[in-house]
Amino acid sequence: MCLGIPGEIIELIPGPADLATVDVVGVRRAINIGLLGEGEVRPGDWVLVHVGFAMSKIDEAEAAATLALLTGLGQAYTDELEALAESDIT
Amino acid sequence: MRFIDEYRDADKARMLASQIRELCEPGRTYTFMEVCGGHTHTIYKHGLEDYLPEAVTLVHGPGCPVCVIPMGRIDDAMAIARRPEVIMTSFGDMMRVPGGQGSFLDAKAAGADIRMVYSPLDALKIARTNPDRAVVFMGIGFETTAPSTAMTVLRAAAEGIANFSVFCNHVTIIPAIKAILDSPDQRLDGFIGPGHVSTVIGCRPYEFIAREYGKPLVCAGFEPLDVLQSIYLLLRQLAEGRAEVENQYTRVVPWDGNRRALEVISQVMEPRPYFEWRGLGFISHSALRMREAYAAFDAERIFEVPGVRVADPKACQCGEVLKGVLKPWECKVFGTACTPETPIGTCMVSSEGACAAYYNFGRFTRRRIKETSRT
Repeated sequence: MCLGIPGEIIELIPGPADLATVDVVGVRRAINIGLLGEGEVRPGDWVLVHVGFAMSKIDEAEAAATLALLTGLGQAYTDELEALAESDIT
Repeated sequence: MRFIDEYRDADKARMLASQIRELCEPGRTYTFMEVCGGHTHTIYKHGLEDYLPEAVTLVHGPGCPVCVIPMGRIDDAMAIARRPEVIMTSFGDMMRVPGGQGSFLDAKAAGADIRMVYSPLDALKIARTNPDRAVVFMGIGFETTAPSTAMTVLRAAAEGIANFSVFCNHVTIIPAIKAILDSPDQRLDGFIGPGHVSTVIGCRPYEFIAREYGKPLVCAGFEPLDVLQSIYLLLRQLAEGRAEVENQYTRVVPWDGNRRALEVISQVMEPRPYFEWRGLGFISHSALRMREAYAAFDAERIFEVPGVRVADPKACQCGEVLKGVLKPWECKVFGTACTPETPIGTCMVSSEGACAAYYNFGRFTRRRIKETSRT
């Protein structure tokens, strides 16, 4: 819950709900980007996703390092990814 | 994965380790607390203690959100979940945490409608699609997850979703650190500061630790080299007679935090006068509750919550582990009566819990147990 998963912003979803599609190791899901500043993220940017919300913008190197770290967590990471894959907030 | 090497390089780790050794004054010992469960995980997964001189001891802090929830709050949540009109929603970590009357999983098996969600927004969607049911989200976590819960409440209000509410158990890290600093058995020399809580609150809130308690804190990333470098920075401060807040994790943590997230939290939630923490007891202003303006989304106001207090099981020593007084393997039931499959205490439940981390990376556990039995 506290580690956060890096995701790449694929597209911003128009509308009042502040949503964007992210790609997390091949899983594409909608997340909320309302906690970042307006216009702060664009497609191609990487964000750290906590429980369905982008909490901070990160660079690609940090994203890769974090993903490797998470993979090393084993079950905890698999659980988190499965939960994300089942998430449907739109 | 071309980026990983720079955070994992064994040569760099050894170099840092030798610099750490050089900074240790002969005859002096150093005890640092890693506040965050994510760091505990890194430390045991990579065997970082093996890189450190004997003079440096790491102890685990209270930064595992699931671990600090008292049993009474779980029973309160269960009382809400058992109501026939309610769908209780919760993060997966919470499902196996035992209360006085079993866990969410037990209640689910007995017929309560309890669903695992990844995000509070999933819970909101369940509310949207089940207008005849009362959907309650079990809000847990530090400042890392509190903004998400708050934002979801704002969304529910904007959409006029009347059957959604939050059972708010969000806690705040600063009062917990202060309680540890004020505890008489505390003998810490510094803190490895939590990484992701700090992306929200920033580094400033820790300044009192340096100013009033004279202890350094370094906000740290989660890679092995991040943690080693943070220990090096702590030791350097001590060697130079400084006590400051430093940010090792600048690539993610802004000094001022995430202002928007903080605004959202304080729009929807306010500090509780006090809150019970497992093992740490009651701590003033250490948790959040829903503001009056959002009473319509506050499960505590909507439902009758018994407000029970349940003492921790006698055999369980999570409290001592959470304060850093005991190492997990020193607990009487560690690995015997208490395992991740059948946890007695919360520290064994969450992957962020110190006991689960020890248990899962058993090679360290065994070595340490041998060491302890020798002394």
